Amino acid sequence: MDILRFITAGSVDDGKSTLIGRLLYDSKSILIDQLEAIEKQSKNREDGEIDLALLTDGLRAEREQGITIDVAYKYFSTPKRKFIIADAPGHIQYTRNMVTGASNSELAIILVDARNGVAEQTRRHSIIASLLNIPHIVVAINKMDLVEYSEDVYNNIVIDYTEVAKSLGLKDVKYIPISALNGDNIVEKSEKFLWYEGESLLDHLEKVEVANDINYTSARFPVQYVIRPQVDELHDYRGYAGKIISGVYRKGDRATIQPSGIETTIKAIEIAGKEVAEAYAPQSVVIHLQDDVDVSRGDMIVLKDNQPIVEQEFEALICWMGNKPLIPGNKYLFQINSRVVRSVVRDIEYKLDVNTLQKIDSPAKAELNDIIKATIKTASPIPMDSYKDLRENGGAILIDETSFVTVGACMIQ
Amino acid sequence: MSQYQFDYLDQLESEAIHIFREVAGQFERPALLFSGGKDSITLVHLALKAFRPGKFPFPLVHIDTGHNFPEALAYRDELAKTIGEKLIVRNVEDTIKEKGLTEPKGKFASRNALQTYTLLDAIEEFKFDALIGGARRDEEKARAKERIFSVRDEFGQWNPKLQRPELWNTYNGKIHKGENVRAFPISNWTELDVWNYIRRENIELPSIYFSHERDVIEHEGQLVAVSKFITLDPTDTVLKKQVRYRTVGDMTCTAAVESHASRIDDIINEIIATKTSERGETRIDDKVSEAAMEDRKKGGYF
Repeated sequence: MDILRFITAGSVDDGKSTLIGRLLYDSKSILIDQLEAIEKQSKNREDGEIDLALLTDGLRAEREQGITIDVAYKYFSTPKRKFIIADAPGHIQYTRNMVTGASNSELAIILVDARNGVAEQTRRHSIIASLLNIPHIVVAINKMDLVEYSEDVYNNIVIDYTEVAKSLGLKDVKYIPISALNGDNIVEKSEKFLWYEGESLLDHLEKVEVANDINYTSARFPVQYVIRPQVDELHDYRGYAGKIISGVYRKGDRATIQPSGIETTIKAIEIAGKEVAEAYAPQSVVIHLQDDVDVSRGDMIVLKDNQPIVEQEFEALICWMGNKPLIPGNKYLFQINSRVVRSVVRDIEYKLDVNTLQKIDSPAKAELNDIIKATIKTASPIPMDSYKDLRENGGAILIDETSFVTVGACMIQ
Repeated sequence: MSQYQFDYLDQLESEAIHIFREVAGQFERPALLFSGGKDSITLVHLALKAFRPGKFPFPLVHIDTGHNFPEALAYRDELAKTIGEKLIVRNVEDTIKEKGLTEPKGKFASRNALQTYTLLDAIEEFKFDALIGGARRDEEKARAKERIFSVRDEFGQWNPKLQRPELWNTYNGKIHKGENVRAFPISNWTELDVWNYIRRENIELPSIYFSHERDVIEHEGQLVAVSKFITLDPTDTVLKKQVRYRTVGDMTCTAAVESHASRIDDIINEIIATKTSERGETRIDDKVSEAAMEDRKKGGYF
């Protein structure tokens, strides 16, 4: 049994919350008291139907206004997998939230209303999924009940979306016709779609292979904390604690400390106090080095034969999340894994229209929810990878130096 | 298939250890809030994996309402002794006396709301800048939206609309003086995950989690233990029942469930079969209003 993290992109109008409610309900992850609570609330509404969408609206303001403000995390399991859903609102003013939810997702469900086909927001959600490099995409063509379960409607949407997927370079795209409201093709394959030969949505979610998405060739280990027991019998113990974000480490491997470039050898690897011969992503371990070298939090231990880029000036796509605009020349704290340094955002090369992918050259500033390409200069060198090659070491955040709020998500080019 | 197999419990464990070490790396004076319940016991177990053979870079802190189960308190003291880590206990009783707070009245007079005052005083006293807690996002709808690093202002308040975006596995722990961060290493665990992990790791629990005989009264469909902290009415019938606790909070606001499950396998089977959520079945304090938890979190509750 493993874990699949996925995001659902779409708006209330597409039936996104109904879809999540349906997955939770049909997989028996909703319990009686939770159902009673939403039944009670549904009665306060005009139509009186049980509103499965209420399951995902956690805050009072959201329930009162019938909207989703923030990313909510939902959990359900089948005997095959544990699922973590990042439920993010889909309207353009919530691009920030979708980016946040997408950052940890291995799969995105993009909801398309069968009546509307590939719409502006379908493109937007797909563009965000591609920018965040989500490896697997499911296009869930919803509300098929409202188009008489028509194969033609389905086929036309597949043709249209194939173009979108091609232009964005989306790799693994699966199409599934569904009706979230009626539960067709959600958990069980529905007899309404005799022409459809694929799996139900849940079947696909259970089977999609994610273990291969982990990179086992580029070894990256950001040091989080140094363990030094202050007792006599462990006087010489100096362990570097952290999580292997990618790759494999073995005892005896030649290693490099970045950004200093100092070379040494892996003397030992421990997992929860036990020595192991090798360890791999995403294990949390303690690494011991052969030589007494200077290593502290924020440094990265990599293997000699596969080095990250170590730079102080680089280009990144930035999703701006701050309420105050980003103005070129402003300074921010730049945090990548455990490393935090001061930085300045230089010229903005272009702003991306997230509905059309068109580039608007040299804008004067970036506002909330804008996605821009800009140059970042940091106060000291950063060991990093291109986000496209290695998500784990190519994503970084910008922090406002005075409010300490997270204001930007950077994807290093 | 990859040659490197990593089970879902391994993934959750590794993520939790990573969060623990981020707290240790980013904060000057963290603390682990320990209640004697299974979630905080799991946290201690994870902290051992994160920091041994070193000492914990934080003390265990217990805010004692004075209404705790004696079994949980005994377990707490024993655990701190066994692992050799510092335990700080602060009593709600003392806060009530010092600050002249009003004790809640009623049948199940709960000091749950008063805990917040003692907690905020302890934060002030020890200048804690981060508090590690065992809250899980599956527990409740408001918690489903909370970050793993959740910033509180100097009054301990949570502002759900001004949460920082949290991306990848990068945690922004920068705060101003007087603010603190609540950090939740087992955010992504469900109740069943915790129990499966306890079974796999062979973690010892207080005896009240297992089936035992107890004097209880029935109140609105829930079984409440007879103790000196609750007031019995003439209409109450004291029953002897085989019960266990699914969560461990105060004796006044935690309900027992009828059960003969005396081994962890039995408990896991019961949880898989259950039709009621953990908080719904056992927490008397969550039922007050639709947004009960949201309100308490905004007020500085964990």
